[in-house]
Amino acid sequence: MSRRHGLVLGRGIGLAFVAISIALTAPARSQPGPLAAQGCLGCHGPNGAGSGGIPGLAGRDPSELATAMAAFRANDRPATIMNRVARGYTEAEIAAVVAYFAGMQ
Amino acid sequence: MTTLLRRSLFTASAILCAPALSRAQGQARLLVIGGGFGGASAASFARRSYPWLDVTLVEPQPRFITCPYGNLVIVSEKPIEEITHGYDGLRARGVRVIQDWAEEIDPIARRVRLREGDALLYDRLILSPGIAIRFGAIEGYDEVAAGVMPHAWTAGDGAQMLLLRRQLEAMPDGGVVGLASPPNPFRCPPGPYERISMIAHYLKRHKPRSKILALDAKDVFSKQALFQDGWSALYPGMIEWVPLAGDGRVVRVDAREGVLETEFGTRHRVHVGNVIPPQSAARIASASGLTDRTGWVPVNTRTFEAQAAPGVHVIGDANTLGPMPKSGFVANSTAKQAVASAAALLRGETAPEGVYFNTCYSHVGAEFGISVVNIFRPSADGMGITEVPNSGGVSPRGDLPEQRRLEAGYADAWYTSITADMFR
Ligand SMILES: Cc1cc2nc3c(=O)[nH]c(=O)nc-3n(C[C@H](O)[C@H](O)[C@H](O)COP(=O)(O)OP(=O)(O)OC[C@H]3O[C@@H](n4cnc5c(N)ncnc54)[C@H](O)[C@@H]3O)c2cc1C
Repeated sequence: MSRRHGLVLGRGIGLAFVAISIALTAPARSQPGPLAAQGCLGCHGPNGAGSGGIPGLAGRDPSELATAMAAFRANDRPATIMNRVARGYTEAEIAAVVAYFAGMQ
Repeated sequence: MTTLLRRSLFTASAILCAPALSRAQGQARLLVIGGGFGGASAASFARRSYPWLDVTLVEPQPRFITCPYGNLVIVSEKPIEEITHGYDGLRARGVRVIQDWAEEIDPIARRVRLREGDALLYDRLILSPGIAIRFGAIEGYDEVAAGVMPHAWTAGDGAQMLLLRRQLEAMPDGGVVGLASPPNPFRCPPGPYERISMIAHYLKRHKPRSKILALDAKDVFSKQALFQDGWSALYPGMIEWVPLAGDGRVVRVDAREGVLETEFGTRHRVHVGNVIPPQSAARIASASGLTDRTGWVPVNTRTFEAQAAPGVHVIGDANTLGPMPKSGFVANSTAKQAVASAAALLRGETAPEGVYFNTCYSHVGAEFGISVVNIFRPSADGMGITEVPNSGGVSPRGDLPEQRRLEAGYADAWYTSITADMFR
């Protein structure tokens, strides 16, 4: 807590400025989409656009992605590595990641 | 005035993200030391996700050469240019890149001394300096010896990799390549065995009467059954792996004579010696008092802050995280958690719950790839870390050419993706 205050108060900015900026700017959310989705990008490419033989995720139908992930988790679908990956995440995490990629261009 | 002050304290987080604030007026300063897997990932992610952060990266090399795919460079399957990356993409994202060495961190003053330039002040520091080779841990193996028997385990300017490549090219058919593997923990647990595989792949084609003597300071290693299955299938009779229990630990080298000497005094004469010695966190970590007796940096497993220095988030190979391997993918994954934690803490919020991801592919032969997958979670108090039960694991065993072919292709796609995530 004290450090955060130091950051704000330690600068020579007028406190009036603080009041104005509060009025004009809603605090941005500090989380950029689910962090779990960041793990996917290491193989599925920047923005989940796909890479080489690895399919893209961005803009895919959410129910298709959710069905595939559920099948990977249950070992009901042939897989090279996604069965091993899917079992590491909770259903809530998978739902958030699916929504994130489905909502991308 | 009192009311105004109280209000401003209450909503202090608002000011840090206010777009009207210019850098000079006090954007929060995130300083990143080391522009490799952890550091470049952190800098790129910070600019993409938290535009209100002012990000500076300190890295001595003008370009970064990756260790991943270095084993393919060593056997001329790839030119070194294909694993060399510049920092212009990060500059274009708004990262200030300073080409210099960080000499020492003062976590109280939140100040970093540089070798050449002026000292830098920070609000939060991400430190990802990688490893140091522990010269002297193997008797006779110092920096001069490394110029004769390369380790090629840190990339630097690429000289070590290229030296090993030249030596393999110059070796006569029928020669012996000696490779010494270190005890745990060390950078890239499957790395020595991918290297053995790639050297075998090269020898089989170009010098088929040659042998590989793989001396090991361990009795078991990563993806062992898969590697050994692959070796018998692809390179029968070429690789002799000697475990610790079979007197495999190299304790002394004579680089001039080309001798690797093991614990019980066996002297192996080799034509090419590749010594991968014991390692520790890079020098900046010990110089700044962050390491413990083991030579690695203990950290909070949720925020990655060094136990010895709150505000200094240590990621990548330099930290010590129990079951987590020292891999580029882990460095990338934990870089994002560390940045998200730093951003949250700067705004007085709590660090996010973490989930860390790793996939390490290894090439065993042409169109023959294998992998290990791990998913880890930190405990809520940041003291421990566990692998998610019944998740991850290694590729299935057996005669599965399609699985191996796909994984070799996925490995290439992984490389393209992760380096784009770091440098663009
Ligand atoms: C042969 C081999 C193969 C590998 N293959 C894989 C693989 O397939 N997949 C995988 O995930 N991982 C792989 N790895 C592991 C991977 O290379 C490391 O885990 C990863 O590089 C760790 O990232 P890092 O940021 O900790 O260190 P690095 O990537 O080494 O980056 C550290 C950076 O910090 C800089 N630095 C050091 N000291 C200072 C200082 N004082 N001031 C400023 N800058 C400094 C260095 O110049 C360097 O650029 C492999 C490793 C090897 C050796």
